[in-house]
Amino acid sequence: MDRRNFFKASLGATVASAAAVVSSSVHARPNLDPAPEAVGMLYDATLCVGCKACVTKCKEVNGMPPVPMAGDVHADFALDLSAQTLNVIKIHTEGKGAAKDALVDGFAFEKRSCMHCVDPGCVSVCPVQALTRHPKTGIVSYNSDVCIGCRTCMTGCPYNVPQYDYNNAFGKIYKCQMCNQKGVERIDQGMMTGCAEACPTGATLFGARTALLEEAKRRLALKPGEIYNYPRGDIGKPDSFHEKAVPEYQRTLWGEKEAGGTNVMHLSSLPYDKLGMPPLGERSFASISEGVQGTLYSYMALPAVALGGLTWLVRRGTEGDKNNGGEQ
Amino acid sequence: MSEYVELKRPLFTPFFMALALLVGLAVVFLAVRFVTGIGAVANLGGGYAWGIWVVYDIVVGTALACGGYALAVTVYVFNKGRYHPLIRPALLTSLLGYGFAAFGAFVDMGRWWQFYNLFLPWQMNIHSVMLEVGLCVSAYVLVLTIEFLPTILQRFRVHALAQKVEKVLDRVLFFVIALGILLPTMHQSSLGTFLIAMGWKVHPLWQTLHVQPLLAVLSAFTMGFAIVVLESSLAAAAFRRAPETPLLAGLGRIIVGLIAAFLVVRFAAILWQGKLGRVFAFDLGSVMFLIETALFVYPLAVLMSPQGRRNAKKLLYAAASMVFAGALYRFDAFLITFDPGPGYSYFPAFPEIMVTVGTIAAEIMAYLYFVKKFPVLPREEHAAA
Amino acid sequence: MAKDSDFSFDASTDFTAIERRLGVSRRTFLKFCTGVAASFGLGTKAAFAMAEAIANPAKRPPVIWLHGQECTGPTESLLRSEQPTFEHLILDLISLDYHQTLDAGAGHRVEEVKRETMQKYKGKYLLVIEGAIPLAQNGIFCKIGGQTMMDATQEAAENAAAIVAFGSCASWGGVQSAAPNPTGATGAPQFLKGKTVVTIPGCPPNPANFLGTVLYFVTYGKLPPIDDKGRPKWAYSRLIHENCYRRPHFDAGRFATQFGDDGHRQGWCLYKLGCKGPETYNNCPSLEYNNVGGGVWPIGVGHPCFGCSEQGTGFNKPMFSLAEVKTHTPPNAFPNIGDRQNPASSTIAAAAAVAGAAVGVLLGATAAAGKKLDGTQAEASQSADKGA
Repeated sequence: MDRRNFFKASLGATVASAAAVVSSSVHARPNLDPAPEAVGMLYDATLCVGCKACVTKCKEVNGMPPVPMAGDVHADFALDLSAQTLNVIKIHTEGKGAAKDALVDGFAFEKRSCMHCVDPGCVSVCPVQALTRHPKTGIVSYNSDVCIGCRTCMTGCPYNVPQYDYNNAFGKIYKCQMCNQKGVERIDQGMMTGCAEACPTGATLFGARTALLEEAKRRLALKPGEIYNYPRGDIGKPDSFHEKAVPEYQRTLWGEKEAGGTNVMHLSSLPYDKLGMPPLGERSFASISEGVQGTLYSYMALPAVALGGLTWLVRRGTEGDKNNGGEQ
Repeated sequence: MSEYVELKRPLFTPFFMALALLVGLAVVFLAVRFVTGIGAVANLGGGYAWGIWVVYDIVVGTALACGGYALAVTVYVFNKGRYHPLIRPALLTSLLGYGFAAFGAFVDMGRWWQFYNLFLPWQMNIHSVMLEVGLCVSAYVLVLTIEFLPTILQRFRVHALAQKVEKVLDRVLFFVIALGILLPTMHQSSLGTFLIAMGWKVHPLWQTLHVQPLLAVLSAFTMGFAIVVLESSLAAAAFRRAPETPLLAGLGRIIVGLIAAFLVVRFAAILWQGKLGRVFAFDLGSVMFLIETALFVYPLAVLMSPQGRRNAKKLLYAAASMVFAGALYRFDAFLITFDPGPGYSYFPAFPEIMVTVGTIAAEIMAYLYFVKKFPVLPREEHAAA
Repeated sequence: MAKDSDFSFDASTDFTAIERRLGVSRRTFLKFCTGVAASFGLGTKAAFAMAEAIANPAKRPPVIWLHGQECTGPTESLLRSEQPTFEHLILDLISLDYHQTLDAGAGHRVEEVKRETMQKYKGKYLLVIEGAIPLAQNGIFCKIGGQTMMDATQEAAENAAAIVAFGSCASWGGVQSAAPNPTGATGAPQFLKGKTVVTIPGCPPNPANFLGTVLYFVTYGKLPPIDDKGRPKWAYSRLIHENCYRRPHFDAGRFATQFGDDGHRQGWCLYKLGCKGPETYNNCPSLEYNNVGGGVWPIGVGHPCFGCSEQGTGFNKPMFSLAEVKTHTPPNAFPNIGDRQNPASSTIAAAAAVAGAAVGVLLGATAAAGKKLDGTQAEASQSADKGA
């Protein structure tokens, strides 16, 4: 093969592969749909009073230890999600931070825990199905018995939720499993999540995703200042109500569509990026990477064809060698 | 007479012993890692779950080990038989590179004793990029071992068993070689696909989304050739052998085309995605991008001219620059310009670095052992042909 | 605010008279004064100054006490105070020249005494207002001796040295000002626009808050520092939530959800039962009620605070609706959005040095190898170049 043909071949191969990967965007894998009986939570930052009852309850239900502030202090002062903390309340302060939920010189609370994405990045990248999305409820669960600890889930989660226990030679991944993991199974038993149960104001509301979406949209449709009866606990059967004036919410709720949407949604009066939400479009990155992988490896068709071609080429080449004495 | 010979030099040189010390230190840190956990030796955290053990040992390391891949394509697909003498050293480097990458993966795996789940069909997640990389690399290590077997057997040719195995190998080697070209294409591209899954955390100048696999393969392929040139030049300098410049010059040409293709695709993607402005923003991403591009363009410029290609020193520098460029491309995408959000930071800890250094030292020690005890390097007159 | 150094202790002050008059030992008396001084953030010198003021009857200021729309709760709570007892307050601390509840006399004569006192002590008397002032229909909804409360207040406030609104009703309207407020009930500060009115809100107010303020006035001849609503800062600058003894339960998320449930029995936080502590300014958690100690105050006995002293909360927000938590003062601290549970970052300097060294070694090795290959130009084998 002379120089011209070599370059032709290289160019051709480059274009072909470029076409292959670009075409993956044409018959790409779309975002997954929400599970048929998806359950989730709605966190309304304007209702949150920072009492951290949800943090305590979460630790209690999941058997997590407190994170001491310093030395021997016997109070939980978790700074962020970790191998000991599956749920944490954080604060964002602007300027003087005097008025709650105010856009100027205000402060707002934010609850951080697994978002239980509709199209979870962690589930998509996990090589051994240690992370799975429940087909009915959409809850994203973790199985430490098959996990190899590669931590791809941590890189693939847009919210940096899964936390590996680096300080344990036999460390696991830790994240909220909606109080439904083996040994807890609150949802299976018809209960609600611990955090929703503990929340005194209804800032964390549990229920079917569809019902929660409706509730969120209802709140967004109200005028700021209107008095609204906020439900508490489980939106399907609230145990009490909390009368409060509707604040000026951000125009959208978080989690309806972001990267395919989440089961745990947020409402806020401050912009979501200030509360630590990542910059996400509507396509989940899982759908894009699976689309590319699918195009290239679907049924191993392309690789098989390539292998066939290569085998033929190589055989033709080595046959010449054989005839020359078989030395390699 | 054999095309390949053992390097007749003593194994236990001061350099070799120094390497052994580094390996010893790494072993100590590894013991700590396995007894008390990764946190005791590494600075990994919630946002940076992958540090240099993944990014260097696996992502960069396997790209550096693509010499066998590059030469296999050249020799067996494009029938450039003249490069045949370079195959064995390249194969050895590849085998060692991939082998130690697999070792690095084990060290980094948080629940390594359950690694076998990767190979259980009912446990596999076929959509997972990580699965593809894991299986493919494992298979490729096997393939490389088989491909290297003739070298091992050549030493023990007197044994009847060795001869029998060789006969079998002769019949299936073409298929093994074909696999040895397919598999790296697959997993190197998947290493690029990782970046898609990481989404917004990857800097826009490196997040080319659908084009990730192509850029990954192109850069890996190019690094493969560059490594062959680099290694050959280094070996010539270190062992005072005549450099195989005539052969390397030809490879230099291939490198030019590949770098050109890489840069074209990369800039096209950046233009298409409307990110050109970021190139000159002179923030961290912009500066690293410019450094990277310079490291890619330098070898392109040097090797474009026939004089450049025939100059052993220029070949060496160009190859080194290409290797740095490819490594930096990966480092930047996964680590340096990677941003998981406010509050996260990562710099490898001292023990973490020493484990990587020790792994590299072990690789070099193994390489030295094999070239001195097995017929790996080509006979000098072959090289000059 | 008067400084400690402004006052010296007159050693000749005779305390035996005090002991007899007040029926307490000199030690108890001085302890009381020290306590009051401490509430103001003052030291023992001020305490002695206060003691002196009480011991010297000549310093007693005259007091005109008006009653508007009220239940007389503030007076009643004052009657139950013990430090000092009310009769000693009247007889020793102040000269209570007009008080509708306590005056022995009644009728026109009492009203005349009021006017005489106001005339005689023009600019020197202390005016205490208890109860709200109805404004609707020219104030006819509260008339004393034929005069509307509006007029009586206006008249008395004209030449008062200081005006104290005692109780929530006088401070901002109280219970009768609850929607729809048909009588137009309003507090003294809102009615007496432009005048400084010290308010001691509460329903009923803690008598110690009144007594302490009066004692300050008697000692220093002026009123203590007040906030924008007229409340003495020493008593009303903190939310009940800030000093509540059940605060650790709030911080830990332990709430009683029903009267009598396990949490309630264990004394958990009453926030979920509608406690308005988080939005009410008062010192109830510190002083408690009735001087009996033992946690005798609403929250202490297991009932949520309803914000009796807070305008906009008491008699306005429903009893069991959740309060607005006005502040998140320490120790209930929160991590910021960007705070991370960082691993112990070990020896970055050493690591950086090693990393730098490693890169340096690579560059050096390449350069060294390059030198060795220097000048070695391969013979141009055309076939090696072409057809690659």
